[in-house]
Amino acid sequence: MGASLCLTDVTVSYGRHPAVHHVSGTFDSGTLTAVVGPNGAGKSTLLKAISGLHPVDSGRIHVGEHGAGVAFLPQQSALDRSFPISVLEVVLLGHWTRVGPFGRYSRRMVEDANHALSIVGLDEFQERPVGTLSTGQLQRVLFARLLLQDASIILLDEPFAALDRRTTEDLIAVLERWHGESRTVIAVLHDHDQVRAYFPNALYLARECLAWGPTHDVLTAENEQRARTMAEAWRQDAEICERP
Amino acid sequence: MDILYAPFIDYAFMRRALAATIALSFCCPAVGVWLVLRRMSLVGDAMSHALLPGVAVGFLVAGLSLSALTIGGMVAALIVAVLAGLVTRWTPLREDASFAAFYLVSLAVGVLIVSSFGTNVDLMRFLFGSILAVDDHALLLVASIGSVSIVGLAIIYRPLLAECFDPEFLKSVHAHGGRYHAAFLVLVVLSLVAAFQALGTLMAVGLMMLPAASGRFWASSVSGQILSAVAMALASSYTGLLISFHGDVASGPAIVLCAGALYVVSLVIGRRGGIIVEHLRPRHLEA
Repeated sequence: MGASLCLTDVTVSYGRHPAVHHVSGTFDSGTLTAVVGPNGAGKSTLLKAISGLHPVDSGRIHVGEHGAGVAFLPQQSALDRSFPISVLEVVLLGHWTRVGPFGRYSRRMVEDANHALSIVGLDEFQERPVGTLSTGQLQRVLFARLLLQDASIILLDEPFAALDRRTTEDLIAVLERWHGESRTVIAVLHDHDQVRAYFPNALYLARECLAWGPTHDVLTAENEQRARTMAEAWRQDAEICERP
Repeated sequence: MDILYAPFIDYAFMRRALAATIALSFCCPAVGVWLVLRRMSLVGDAMSHALLPGVAVGFLVAGLSLSALTIGGMVAALIVAVLAGLVTRWTPLREDASFAAFYLVSLAVGVLIVSSFGTNVDLMRFLFGSILAVDDHALLLVASIGSVSIVGLAIIYRPLLAECFDPEFLKSVHAHGGRYHAAFLVLVVLSLVAAFQALGTLMAVGLMMLPAASGRFWASSVSGQILSAVAMALASSYTGLLISFHGDVASGPAIVLCAGALYVVSLVIGRRGGIIVEHLRPRHLEA
């Protein structure tokens, strides 16, 4: 079900300033990995590069199995919540790779969508306009859509930001469900206790890769100290990087 | 009672005008609802004005030939759409501003050409339309373009929906949102060219944006908004034509004013966000 994801000396830049700098390593197939690091460390940028939304400056991102699907849940801010669309219509978009822009949803696909909604705890929400949902309910809807996407690699950018405890726990259960199905799950997170409790692996990013491996080896006081010294802003007078 | 239908029985030109506006009442509001949802209301306005220089050139070359005017208008509007799109893409200028710049220039060029080489009657016709002069060919053209626009909108419904609501999702599944946006702009141009035949370059957009803006007050889904917008456009067309016949006033503005009146009514008593509902809210329900 899962697929491995291999980064070879990946650099991703905005203009000429690198947000992710010479990162190498592998997300093994079926692993559940948290990406941690300070704001501006390149966590979101890395996910965007993996999902193909942002071009890679140099290096290579390689998906292990040919044709493995990658699903990406960005931070919520990009959504137009005033748009008149129902919960079911949003969830059904998860079938996109199968039905394409013009295909018809089969009865089975609608049933799958209803099932996904009940997994995330939103039975009876099908016809609700998204504008009437709370932040937590909207995130549940987006998780239902991810469930339908049925991807081998699932990328989540701060999926639990601004969510209450109960919603977070319910959605972590979905994450563990994916992990149980041997999908490769990568989530950007800030809550280190959460990472320790639920994520076997972690990648500590501070533009460069500080540490990558089993969570207890990565989330050490020493690495946190090193991450703090990462300069917040790039230097205007930065010189050209000469690393091969 | 027969003032409500007699004009359409007695006069062929009234029947043709009614048929043309009915066709327009289906395609224009549907396009308009999407323009409103995509926050492109002013783009519709801009594009309708951008038709004029093309129409004027067609008029210069072939006189009042239906096909020359239509093709000219279509080409000019598409050129403006592409240029404005390029400016938006490659410069920091936002879409509304780049469209505004292009349409002001094209309107000026169009008026200049028509007023230099044609009569004032021609100019008035291009600016405000001549719905009562719609002949069988024009009627066929309006109806065909209207049908194509409706079918086209139905085909790109889902991509448009996805692109409006969640553009990043569309990118993440490697769908090309830009392609559907371009197809949508072509449908906008088509509908405007059809509406131009009946309502002229200045009024064409009235039957597109006014019912669309009103529809928002009556329904909470895209399809519901389109349906209520179409219903209001149909009512405006019929009432406008009657008023224009009995009151002996210009038909295009009469139709647009009826749409305007329905907009005010929707604004005041609309079920979703209308002024009265917002201010006289019923008591809240149990939690």
